[in-house]
Amino acid sequence: MSDPVVKVSGLRYGVGRRRIFDGLDLTVARGKVTAVMGPSGTGKTTLLRLITGQLTPLEGEVEVFGQAVPGLPKPALYALRRRMGMLFQNGALLTDLSVFENVAFPVREHARLPEPVLRALVLSKLHAVGLRGAAELMPGELSGGMARRVALARAIVMDPELLIYDEPFVGLDPISMGVIVRLIGELNDALGITSIVVSHDVDELALIAHHSYLLSEGKVVAQGSPAELRDSPLEVVRQFMSGEADGPVPFHYPAPDYLEQLRS
Amino acid sequence: MMLAPVQRIGRVGVFLGRLLLQCGPALLRPRAVVHQVFNAGARSLIIIMLCGLFVGMVLGLQGFDLLQRFGSEDALGVAAALGLLKELGPVVTALLFAGRAGTSLTSEIGLMRATDQLTAMEIMAVDPLRHVVAPRFLGGLIAMPLLVAIFNLVGLFGAQLIGVQLLGVDPGAFWSQMQSAVELDDVVEGIVKSLCFGVACSLIAVFEGYNAEPTAAGVGLATTRTVVISSVLTLLIDYMLTAAFLGR
Repeated sequence: MSDPVVKVSGLRYGVGRRRIFDGLDLTVARGKVTAVMGPSGTGKTTLLRLITGQLTPLEGEVEVFGQAVPGLPKPALYALRRRMGMLFQNGALLTDLSVFENVAFPVREHARLPEPVLRALVLSKLHAVGLRGAAELMPGELSGGMARRVALARAIVMDPELLIYDEPFVGLDPISMGVIVRLIGELNDALGITSIVVSHDVDELALIAHHSYLLSEGKVVAQGSPAELRDSPLEVVRQFMSGEADGPVPFHYPAPDYLEQLRS
Repeated sequence: MMLAPVQRIGRVGVFLGRLLLQCGPALLRPRAVVHQVFNAGARSLIIIMLCGLFVGMVLGLQGFDLLQRFGSEDALGVAAALGLLKELGPVVTALLFAGRAGTSLTSEIGLMRATDQLTAMEIMAVDPLRHVVAPRFLGGLIAMPLLVAIFNLVGLFGAQLIGVQLLGVDPGAFWSQMQSAVELDDVVEGIVKSLCFGVACSLIAVFEGYNAEPTAAGVGLATTRTVVISSVLTLLIDYMLTAAFLGR
């Protein structure tokens, strides 16, 4: 197996007294779709922020393309980020630019391409996500699903080696969700990209993920193919995969005894 | 408890240092800066001209009332010009700028933070300080002296309207006394003040927006802080500069 694109080992991170990761280990294999799943609040988005160098771990190592991310000087960090693309939960399109200019934005910033070449490049990426006809619209005129597809076109316009998806299926109707699922799989296969998908949509991830990690209480509690996770004997995995309301992840937030609280 | 304001002043200082480093590269994209001069300046024009007119008219009324007690109503032009050039023009414009353009800058940048637009830029290896903040800071900085000049012109027109047209001050005396009494130093004082207020108000507006908590309440709080801090800072700097100019 070739070197992993992302390697996280012994990661510890917390905010104030709250410990989010306590010895997390995880690797992302080249050319594969790796899913990171877990209940809300387990720090999935925080993990992405640590991988992209927006946050610094308290302890442990985060390596991307063989480079240690924490402590990387800004120019080196920016050089590393040029090899990545990221799809944000809400798209994060620049609201004062048109769809075309949003997709062209990173290219204008990092490459001096002649205008006809830039136009052809941007239109090809918009065509890939099915929105070539929406090039002149403003972000405010797009539906949630369209905005996410434009953001996906922007994420791939610099031909990244690593694509990171933060909750790509949240708030989408079934058709838009199906489109995004298909695009993630196709882009990964056609462009040879390595993908990390953070989500808690088990069924959608099962369609595209080669390998999955399930996080809980700051650690990886299970990993394997989606089928392996479904067959896992671990109670916490079964609860998550089948969506049971109560179990190792309790329904109730920690609270004093109900009757005592009512009497007090 | 006492450390928090000092920490914040330190953070503003560090932010200003980082921002100034990005102003050079931002100037290489003059279109973005001109766009922000339009946003901060042209869009504030109506409120600035309207307020300038009323302030000038009040100056005309009050100045005439005061000067006629000493039989010196012909000096109304000098009083209005010096009052506007040295104090009212820069100060009132800065206060209006904080309320109109400053709040707009803070909420715009704050909402970009709240909707992950700034984070997306960082992930695309684009420094938001260079691309978003520096052009807006420079736009405000350039717009402020221009707005002050327009405020002064309209204010003088208002003072003339009341003094000369309504109350009968001799127009020749009004303009000639102004011409002979107002010196270059007075104009320089006004320009220096407007530049300092431009730096202060623009800096506070972009700092508060850039560091706003990424929630609706956070952006609202940052906008309020922009108005309050900019206003207090404007009056504080005004006092310090006035004392410095008088002490020369």
